[in-house]
Amino acid sequence: MGEDAESPKINHTFLRDYVTEADVISTVEFNQTGDLLATGDKGGRVVIFQRETESKGDFEEVGDTGDSGEYNVYSTFQSHEPDFDYLKSLEIEEKINKIRWLPQQNAAHFLLSTNDKTIKLWKVSERDKRPEGYNLKDEEGRLKDISTITSLQVPVLKPTDLMVEVRPRRVFANGHTYHVNSISVNSDGETYLSADDLRINMWHLGITDRSFNIVDIKPANMEDLTEVITASEFHPHHCHLFVYSSSKGTLRLCDMRASALCDKHAKLYEEPEDPGSRSFFSEIISSVSDVKFSHSGRYMLTRDYLTAKVWDLHMDKGPVETYQVHEYLRSKLCSLYENDCIFDKFECVWNSSDSVIMTGAYNSFFRMFDRETGRGVTLEAWRESSKPRAVLRTRRVYTGGKRRRGDVGVDSLDFTKKILHMAWHPAENIIAIAATNNLYIFQDRVNPDAHTQ
Amino acid sequence: MFPKGTKRKFADGEEAAPSEAPGPTAARALSSAYSLQRQSLLDMSLIKLQLCHMLVEPNLCRSVLIANTVRQIQEEMTQDGTWQIMTQALSQCPSDRLVASEVLCRQDPASQSPKPVPAALEQTLQEESYQEEVVMEEDSHAAPSPQLSGAPYLGPFSSSWDEEEEAEDEEEDSEESVSEPEEESRTEQVFGTFEIKQPPADPALEELFSDVDPSYYDLDTVLMQSPKMGPYDLLESLSHSPALSSTASCRSDLNELDHIMEIIVGS
Repeated sequence: MGEDAESPKINHTFLRDYVTEADVISTVEFNQTGDLLATGDKGGRVVIFQRETESKGDFEEVGDTGDSGEYNVYSTFQSHEPDFDYLKSLEIEEKINKIRWLPQQNAAHFLLSTNDKTIKLWKVSERDKRPEGYNLKDEEGRLKDISTITSLQVPVLKPTDLMVEVRPRRVFANGHTYHVNSISVNSDGETYLSADDLRINMWHLGITDRSFNIVDIKPANMEDLTEVITASEFHPHHCHLFVYSSSKGTLRLCDMRASALCDKHAKLYEEPEDPGSRSFFSEIISSVSDVKFSHSGRYMLTRDYLTAKVWDLHMDKGPVETYQVHEYLRSKLCSLYENDCIFDKFECVWNSSDSVIMTGAYNSFFRMFDRETGRGVTLEAWRESSKPRAVLRTRRVYTGGKRRRGDVGVDSLDFTKKILHMAWHPAENIIAIAATNNLYIFQDRVNPDAHTQ
Repeated sequence: MFPKGTKRKFADGEEAAPSEAPGPTAARALSSAYSLQRQSLLDMSLIKLQLCHMLVEPNLCRSVLIANTVRQIQEEMTQDGTWQIMTQALSQCPSDRLVASEVLCRQDPASQSPKPVPAALEQTLQEESYQEEVVMEEDSHAAPSPQLSGAPYLGPFSSSWDEEEEAEDEEEDSEESVSEPEEESRTEQVFGTFEIKQPPADPALEELFSDVDPSYYDLDTVLMQSPKMGPYDLLESLSHSPALSSTASCRSDLNELDHIMEIIVGS
């Protein structure tokens, strides 16, 4: 699915790329060490990539980090199947909305994957040995004729080819009436939250038949509904704190110690509206599509339609930093409203040191902002311009002034090529970008390098 | 800038229309065009809400945002007093014919330079004849690239004429309109879907309005007797008030509407 080299496309000079809907990647996530990268797609499949380690090779250079950095497919499995809600006569999509890894506790890896309604806990384990020498079964597993057994033997573990097994360990179903948009594992290692449009539930990883509802913003009368929850996340260090964002551009930090139901926020983060730029689209473009705590836990990063904002947890009056992702779209909001692009939900990520933030845009572009200098750069995740080992060159959208070679006009932007999902390696400068059905992995070496997968 | 004195909520950061003649006629045309655009945005929003009845449960966030936009337009129209005018205008016109409406943000394939289109039009054939009728202040300073032109005085609204990416929509130059009162019931229906499955939208509009505010209901009954107006009658009424001359769609036309909507929405 992520290996576009295996699926040569029709000559797309003349035809639009024909992408199988089911192959569209809908979420990307590194695990805590960065050795594993999981992607979920619209077809309900999860593909896990593992980073190759050079130490498995024949030689090791002194001082070598040991990682060649290439990510190869480790395992693929069907996480969710399409379902049908009989009460409402509506289909439930199998699309994987989010994947979150659990901190590793033993040899096996665990991840949570969710579609609109059901969260599942998967155990990913390796098996490279198998027992041989059973008394009652032969090599193929068939029962032996007892009369042929003359002696007893102890089964021995013999090495075998590496096998990756993925098994569902928990299914957290029936917790959500609305569509789950976020899951977040708590720092306590025991609980996690799942958020849908109107409610947030907290689950214990070991208990599937009940969950705690910690936020409920559903009005008594659905006609009065004007605001929904768009994203939610636990604080990386404080297990009692979590944040959720809304479609009106607000952030609410909640403290679970205050009460069982955290409808009352501990802190409300909202930027005062600029009356000068008010339009019919103001609310829509203020809707927060993603919220992420910084690794330090001190800041929050949010993404709304045109900007990415950094908020200081101690300052609720407004963001401390605002980055323009594609301000040139402000004059095209009406068109983008008509073709529904204005409702696209872009994700945003921090780098490992919280010094750089990254988010996606259109035309296969994505943007990185250096927080220290405030400067942004536009990069492209596009097969044609990214050859393996090639250096990523920066792109620019032409918005006036002197036009440089390679500049792309606003009208030439392809709005079907959206970079919505991405992930940043927790420790190194490796990023994974999902571009429709392709996965791009870029690395920063001593000499900036990039390769695609 | 706007001698008519109507309160403008769109503070345009860009240069406003410098070449506009600051006369009462121009001002009236301006505000008329603005109202037309606002009306079209309302139509578009209502259509978007209508499309929610699909196989998969619709996106609640999107529906809420569209509904809020509709409410916002409604509030503004009520404040401007145009809401009342609209209902009155419609109450005088009986008709049982579907009046198509051009949705905002679509470039007329017949003309290269974008022109604002009145909210309510006849079917395709007569559409082009409207182009000249509506006073186009903003056309005088259409940007060099037709795609980027707009009505600067409307601020972010100005992007309505940019349809570079909506190539497929250019085929579509007529649109059944959606009547105002549907929005309230639509909102209900949209959100109601998430509660308990409601029966699929019955094209019979009376049902839709069964539990709507009385004010909307009046509009609805009015719309059921849609005006048998000629295209020019429509424009005249528009110049007086940004009346929504769209009529409630007939049962048979909803299939057309679906078809058109499929095209607009894209894949």
